[in-house]
Amino acid sequence: MKISFNINGSAQTVDVDEKTPLLWVVRDLLDLKGTKFGCGKAACGACTLHVDGESVRSCSFPVKYAAGKDITTIEGLSSGDALHAVQQAWKEEIVPQCGYCQPGFMMATAAMLDKIPNPTDEDIDNNIVNICRCGTYYRMRKAIHRAAEIKNTNS
Amino acid sequence: MSASKSKKKGLRRRKFLKYSGIGLGLIIGGGYLSRHMWRRSIFEIAESAIVPYNGNLSPNIWFQITPANEIILHSSKVEMGQGTFTGLAQLAAEELEVEVEKIKVVHADTASGNIDGMSTGGSLSIATLWQPVREMAATMREMLKQKAAEKLGVGIADLKVENGVISAGGNALTYGEVVEGVTDWEFPDTPKLKEAKDFKYIGKPVARVDLHDKVVGAPMFGIDVEVPDMLHASVVRPEKIDAKLKSVDSSKAASMPGVIKIVEEKDFVGVIAETHVQAENARNALKVEWEINKSWDLAEVRAMTKVGNGKLTVIQKEGDAKSILDDAEEEGSVVKLEFNTPIGAHAQIEPNGATALVKDGKATVWLSTQVPLITLNEVSDRLGMDKENVNIIPKFLGGGFGRRLHTPNAVQAALMSKAIGRPVKCFFDRKQEFQNDTFRPPTHHIVRGKLDANGNIEAIGHDFSSGDVAFNSALMPPIAGTILGADIGAIRGGAIQYRSIPNIRAESWHVDLPFATSWWRSLGLLANTFAIESSIDELAIKAQKNPVDFRLSHIEDNEAGKRLRNVIKTCAEKAGYTDEVVNGRAMGFAASTDAGSPCAQVVEVSVVDNQIKVHKVTAVLDCGIAVNPDQVRAQVEGCIIMGISASMFEQMDLKDNKLFPVIYGPYQMAMMRDAPKEIDVVLIEGADFAGPVGEPPLGPIGAAIGNAVRRITGKRLTDLPMSLA
Repeated sequence: MKISFNINGSAQTVDVDEKTPLLWVVRDLLDLKGTKFGCGKAACGACTLHVDGESVRSCSFPVKYAAGKDITTIEGLSSGDALHAVQQAWKEEIVPQCGYCQPGFMMATAAMLDKIPNPTDEDIDNNIVNICRCGTYYRMRKAIHRAAEIKNTNS
Repeated sequence: MSASKSKKKGLRRRKFLKYSGIGLGLIIGGGYLSRHMWRRSIFEIAESAIVPYNGNLSPNIWFQITPANEIILHSSKVEMGQGTFTGLAQLAAEELEVEVEKIKVVHADTASGNIDGMSTGGSLSIATLWQPVREMAATMREMLKQKAAEKLGVGIADLKVENGVISAGGNALTYGEVVEGVTDWEFPDTPKLKEAKDFKYIGKPVARVDLHDKVVGAPMFGIDVEVPDMLHASVVRPEKIDAKLKSVDSSKAASMPGVIKIVEEKDFVGVIAETHVQAENARNALKVEWEINKSWDLAEVRAMTKVGNGKLTVIQKEGDAKSILDDAEEEGSVVKLEFNTPIGAHAQIEPNGATALVKDGKATVWLSTQVPLITLNEVSDRLGMDKENVNIIPKFLGGGFGRRLHTPNAVQAALMSKAIGRPVKCFFDRKQEFQNDTFRPPTHHIVRGKLDANGNIEAIGHDFSSGDVAFNSALMPPIAGTILGADIGAIRGGAIQYRSIPNIRAESWHVDLPFATSWWRSLGLLANTFAIESSIDELAIKAQKNPVDFRLSHIEDNEAGKRLRNVIKTCAEKAGYTDEVVNGRAMGFAASTDAGSPCAQVVEVSVVDNQIKVHKVTAVLDCGIAVNPDQVRAQVEGCIIMGISASMFEQMDLKDNKLFPVIYGPYQMAMMRDAPKEIDVVLIEGADFAGPVGEPPLGPIGAAIGNAVRRITGKRLTDLPMSLA
């Protein structure tokens, strides 16, 4: 089945079984490898991307629901060479260790900051519910607050 | 101590070879082969011991400088988050006199010959390469200077080397310009290395060399590999333990969309399809029958994992602890506690997998592995190919933690590629990960202690039982058990570090479990320290002494004791330790020494509605020289959070031969809300070399939390994961 959507600002049409999880369309058909497979059951958040600005766990999101929507992956989070506030903050705080779960966390954070520009620690606890095995949560929390600061200064 | 031994060896049997297309390749040979891990005594290993770097094949390429002025460091150690690539770049930059960011660190593939003879693990990457990498870099610098002097027509003494440029008077050459056209290199003696006071890059918190790639989501991990014409595969893996593949009916799967071939081997069945989803769908349609040897549930495993069951090795014996403690137990004057820790999963987020291309008598496998050499051996053995025709290309690991010390998935991908003559990518799904992990073994501990009339410990005994950690791992020779007696992984942290106690005994009991257990970050340290440090606290309470002073009064006066004492004192001071409960919060203290690096931690904990909450952790680690203090801190923070996760939440269950849960969530792990909001890390430089970092901080955290909970509730927690309900 042919399904069309915008991804990272470009129009795309894919011909694929409509039940295929968006994750595999993004990773294997469109070769955008920044969105990660972790569990396949929307339990870890490694595959988080944005569909019309909303945080979505793409391993459990059939591609048919993406039809006509705007999709953003980690590759499209920055604009050109300028990193997104979240990526800048992640660099400042040197958050990643193995780095595998980080795109999912950064995407979840970027979506949260659009809704909650100045998140409290409690907001962070309630909204950032991905899993990081290296245990970078401590630095991530600092980076999230810092990202809010950068974003508010820029806007 | 072993670090200083390898120092003397220097770059023996060294040679530079010319490689076509490579400006300069450096080769080091057998200088670091001197001592194999398993020849060392158990005691030394239990104690600490930095095992000398054991690179095994030569020639091997470590460094490459191209005429385009690229400096490439081929690392035989893999990057799994621990920051080794950054540390190695700093070590090389220091002696090469070039900025850290000018050095590009890549994984050495096995065809380069630079193959690690052991593994990436044991917190040993920087510790073992601290000396060799600096020696190699310094030697290269001198070689470059020699050629630069010739090219510039000046004496070596007139040269200045700064930021990757060699200059004399008004003339300057970049390293790339120096290597241009040179085919004949002279090899100097290993130069004298810089002293610590002159370090420019070592000891500085430079940003990770992989930071940018990881922030933009670059395709760097094993699972990200794309090869032209690649197919996707999915392998059937047992859902039950102690099960053997009996029969497979693939009639339905074979006709499903996208399916290209079903590969049946003696020990696995895999489906090859056009896409990953098609391969998984078809795999799920296979009708597989398993032969179950015996039925198992958790209660049986727990009953097996008991002190007194299995094979005994005494790993520590001072004085006559056993009879003193037996007598004390009889007269009721002993403090006796029993502890249990559960089966733990690695739960690394990137699943295991591999991409292989086997064609025209050659095999290439790309994957996340901690053991490129073992992967190489396994693939070449199973495919019946010479090692020269097999290349293993390590990729960045989406977490390691010991899980990727086993890589049978490489053989499976290779066999499937061979069957189809095209590249094949195959990886586990999450359920397979949880059901087929090489788990942290469950453990059982009995700690007994007796106080003397002055409230000091007269005798202490730690008896513990564990399944395999090091045994049955391809990393160890099959006869390891016979040589060593005890499982060197299970006994990590099992010995008592308070050596001035006159009577000490530690007994390791080894049991064979019906499922694979193996290396899990810090090995036995987490469980053993939980048992010992909880018991030390209980003894302090009985003696009515401050637990910090109590610990300090049992430390031996030697170098290790000095470092441990310093770490404990500093931590207590920094945290403002008190054993009073203030505003519903209590502090808990614990300390451990692992691989020679002592670490102490103070946690601040509250308990509300039986829920334990860790608010703040103060950690002091003495790893000697911290090559990158920021990344050492990151390792301490990560260990604390992984330790909180393992101590408070994680456990696998077993029923009707099925290990479960099989998904995150039900397999509960620490999340953002569970991480302490404050982590204060203090680093002490108690030695003049770079010691182990990545695991030692996992020791104290569990016991520290338990000790804080004891102060608040009066209840001693003895089982992990902790529960007050």
